[in-house]
Amino acid sequence: MQEKTLLDDHLDWLEAESIYIIREVVAQCANPAMLFSGGKDSIVMFHLARKAFQFGDRPVKLPFPILHIDTGHNYPEVIQYRDDVVKKTGVKLIVGHVEDSIKKGTVRLRKETDSRNAAQAVTLLETIAEFEFDALMGGARRDEEKARAKERIFSFRDDFGQWDPKAQRPELWNLYNARIAKGENMRVFPISNWTELDIWQYIARENLDLPSIYYTHQREVVRKNSLLVPVTDITPKAPGDVSEILDVRFRTVGDISCTCPVLSTAANPLDIIAETAITEITERGATRMDDQTNEASMERRKKEGYF
Amino acid sequence: MTQANHAAEHQNVVRFITAGSVDDGKSTLIGRLLYDTKSILVDQLESLSKTKHARVTSSDAGVDLALLTDGLEAEREQGITIDVAYRYFSTPKRKFIVADAPGHEQYTRNLVTGASQSDVAIILVDASRVDLKTSPATLLAQTKRHAAIVHLLGLRHVVFAVNKMDLFNFDEQVFNTITQAIEDLCQKIGLPQPTLIPISALLGANVVNTSSNTPWYKGPTLLAWLEGLDTSPASEKTGFRFPVQYVARQDGSASDDFRGYLGQVEAGSIRKGQKIKILPGNTEATVAEIYLGNGSTRDGSNNGVDSATTGDAIAIRLNEDLDISRGCLFISADDITPPSLSKAISADLCWLDSEPLSMNRKYALRHTTNTVGAKVKAIEEVLDVQTLSHASETHPLNTNEIGRVSLILQKPIAADLFDESQATGAFILIDEVSNHTVAAGMIRQTSSQ
Repeated sequence: MQEKTLLDDHLDWLEAESIYIIREVVAQCANPAMLFSGGKDSIVMFHLARKAFQFGDRPVKLPFPILHIDTGHNYPEVIQYRDDVVKKTGVKLIVGHVEDSIKKGTVRLRKETDSRNAAQAVTLLETIAEFEFDALMGGARRDEEKARAKERIFSFRDDFGQWDPKAQRPELWNLYNARIAKGENMRVFPISNWTELDIWQYIARENLDLPSIYYTHQREVVRKNSLLVPVTDITPKAPGDVSEILDVRFRTVGDISCTCPVLSTAANPLDIIAETAITEITERGATRMDDQTNEASMERRKKEGYF
Repeated sequence: MTQANHAAEHQNVVRFITAGSVDDGKSTLIGRLLYDTKSILVDQLESLSKTKHARVTSSDAGVDLALLTDGLEAEREQGITIDVAYRYFSTPKRKFIVADAPGHEQYTRNLVTGASQSDVAIILVDASRVDLKTSPATLLAQTKRHAAIVHLLGLRHVVFAVNKMDLFNFDEQVFNTITQAIEDLCQKIGLPQPTLIPISALLGANVVNTSSNTPWYKGPTLLAWLEGLDTSPASEKTGFRFPVQYVARQDGSASDDFRGYLGQVEAGSIRKGQKIKILPGNTEATVAEIYLGNGSTRDGSNNGVDSATTGDAIAIRLNEDLDISRGCLFISADDITPPSLSKAISADLCWLDSEPLSMNRKYALRHTTNTVGAKVKAIEEVLDVQTLSHASETHPLNTNEIGRVSLILQKPIAADLFDESQATGAFILIDEVSNHTVAAGMIRQTSSQ
């Protein structure tokens, strides 16, 4: 391999930074886990984690489990993908079910079809307590949303799981401080500095597989407030709704009740890179029903323990 | 991101911070950079025009650009920036990571956070708040404080953006007067010849586009200046530096049993077969294998790489198993300027915690991947930001104060001077009770005593 300087390629720079952060979590924390939803950001993060502990052709052993907080409202392609990853890599998977929190009564929904996305925070905190995790790595990016843009890479949560944006720890150079007292928690965001475009460029470069719904497919949708709301068991047509079958793809894959696809015929990462580079709407703006309700809804959810 | 549609694969990354006093227009400037490089998407603009901001007085396009970065509820309420917001934009030439740091004195620690991770600082100077009647003109204390911090933290490039020139009809004389005050300031704190650009963030003058209002200004726009910066790695002042981050063991059958040392090359480079020295302890070993995230799988082969260089996150195997743990430092065995093993250091501290420095307590000092106990033996000087002189009266540092201290360490650390190597010359202090990061430190002198 020829010599090169890192500055030549921003993807190498981002990759090295993320690997350093993931290794730092393992070195500093006794019982970390990595959040994994089967979405593109967590797929990239998981790939980086494997690289961080890879020695040539030897089998990679990740020194932590992956954790999925399952709202129960998933696209089957995504759950299939998650289970295939476990089968292929031998990684240990832990699943926290929002359904269990509902049964316990710690999560209450007004009606069965309400978005379970916000409820995830409760299940997340319960799972952290059950397994005594001291650190959780998450695939959030600072370019996603205004509250995310304020997040430290090592982000301290108190013993209620709360984020206090006014009292974040100073974070200097690459000297990350993961010290906590019992019951407290660190959330760590190894891909903080990546943008949506970086993620797709990296997926293309590294030849990463994604759940098929990231690429163009036909789907029955209803147009609502400039969103394309998919017709599913969880988001059925309301009286008077007129549905259409359109060529769509998902820019972000989350809970069915709050994620919408966009119109697209992009069939591979390169097509998506071309689309992403000229898009006029942000990832969240185009796809999320829950963020539009209030200017500060992400910040509020984060304060309650959401990642 | 319409400007970024080249999807360039070989852009480099420039990280910059905006500093300057509150209301100097930092958030507006960043908003302007994003707006004029067409990095703001339609839904963000729509949400902006719906949002109110306590501080808005302008009617510029009906949009308050500061709101792009002031994302917290409390920030909207108060109309100020509380914590660092990170923004991303690219031009066909470069990718930029922007740390928009707050200007309020009480949030100086957040400025230090942003500055420690940047290569470049834009210090905003609000022309309307410079006292032009004195000679030289008097800058705000926060401008001086921020310039001093940026200098202490060793940022490679500094530009002063003289903002709100529209309030003076872009008068050249006003700019010249302020220039003189800034040059005076830079001389005092030891910043080399500063770059100055007259701008109006509000109107977009000389930010991305040149302004017809400043025919007398012949220099680049702010964006052109950022795009033109030389970001080739600083000429290296130290040899190979590799702090061991994590020891990976694979305990299997005897034939497969191995140890690998994970970490980032902080300076210099390393080749397979090269002899290295392990600090502390001065034992030597030969590099047997190097694995590199970006080289190990892309070309299909998984046999490792021949060499790695500054910035690479790598895994190293040595030809023998030695007692090596997190915190050890690998250097080249033939290094002619090795780091010194120091039990006492003199350092500049930025004190960041609300609880003042205590001379009686022990702190945890994190230097590279190594953590040792530390006590402050003496406060040598405290910086007075008004006069930029070192006060003769010393006192334990309070929040946001800067001073030179001497520290004694429980165990020696392998340290370089901060000016020689940021990675092996910087440290943080951690309060062992609250676990807060209480200070940023830059090593200025080492001693084995």
